Amino acid sequence: MNIQTDEIFMLAGMAAVTFGIRYIMLPISGRFNFSPMFERALKYVPPAVLSAIIVPSVLMPDGDTLNLNLDNPYIIGAVAACIVGWFYKNLLLTIVVSMLIFLGYQWIL
Amino acid sequence: MNKKEANSSPFYQFIAGARDTFPLIVGAIPFGIIFGSLAATAGLSFAATIGMSLFVFAGSSQFISISLLAAGTAWPMIILTTFVVNLRHILYGAAMVPFYRNLSQPWKVVLAFGLTDETFAVAVNSYYQKDGAPNKHYYNLGSMIFMYTNWNLCTLIGLIAGKAFPEIAGWGLDFAMPATFIAMVIPYLVSKPMWFAVVTSGIVSILAGGMPHKLGLMAAAISGVAAGIVSEMFLSRSVFKMASIDKTSDEQNMEAAE
Repeated sequence: MNIQTDEIFMLAGMAAVTFGIRYIMLPISGRFNFSPMFERALKYVPPAVLSAIIVPSVLMPDGDTLNLNLDNPYIIGAVAACIVGWFYKNLLLTIVVSMLIFLGYQWIL
Repeated sequence: MNKKEANSSPFYQFIAGARDTFPLIVGAIPFGIIFGSLAATAGLSFAATIGMSLFVFAGSSQFISISLLAAGTAWPMIILTTFVVNLRHILYGAAMVPFYRNLSQPWKVVLAFGLTDETFAVAVNSYYQKDGAPNKHYYNLGSMIFMYTNWNLCTLIGLIAGKAFPEIAGWGLDFAMPATFIAMVIPYLVSKPMWFAVVTSGIVSILAGGMPHKLGLMAAAISGVAAGIVSEMFLSRSVFKMASIDKTSDEQNMEAAE
């Protein structure tokens, strides 16, 4: 299976846009300061972006339809992650325990 | 060498960055393996799968690209979708501006390339700690190199495993991503504005889920940030909150005195 021309275009394009997005704000960095208000707003970026990824991937596992039933193992796993994360504040424990609960629940179903 | 010097050496910072990224690596392992195993099923060649992890290095958009590929989507459309899905990273770049300001060009290029969700979250946390430690760019680099090596290794393992056990794709290992991200969000939930930001973003992500090309993600993230900053301004005006502001400024005075 050799690489196709189309794949090279796709890879080059994906690499260029991804790097461009991550880099574009930096060249201006030496020239001006952000307003304190904007810098305060940036604090909310990581949790807001992550939630925007988490919630649809848990509640809409197929990508289109909302599944709020108990036959959705992603909800069970996510609730487990929230509980473990909240009480133990430990990244590794949260990830491992919720993965095990998710896989176990999926296996039972 | 006293403790403080040791803690701020480039090597120490590099190792500390890698160490603090370790829990997120655990979440990224199944994610990388499933990416590698799904890529072959989606019709992406071995070389292109490896190349994507080497040169694009953006987990969620790589996933989306192979699902589009499996659905027969043309490559310009896949690039456009990648652009939209990764648009959130422009906010990461903006957040890093004050911290990358004094770095050389090669440093900026390398760190920008590695600005994944995970490394951003780990590195920004260190930058926000006003401990005055120098060489935090090495901390950032340590996190990035660890993530990058792991991601590429797992892609390779997934490619090989996917050939040997094609049923691996159905195991639901993709839950590793939300699991990791939930673990990353929880430490942020220490104030009311943070709760507003997270809840708003979550609600909008569902309401805007029908927007084309995953634009809902961007809409949700921006709504969340807006909710956070607006509620912060609103809460800081109320009398009740004044006490905690005084406390914060006292803490800052104490830090200054140290």
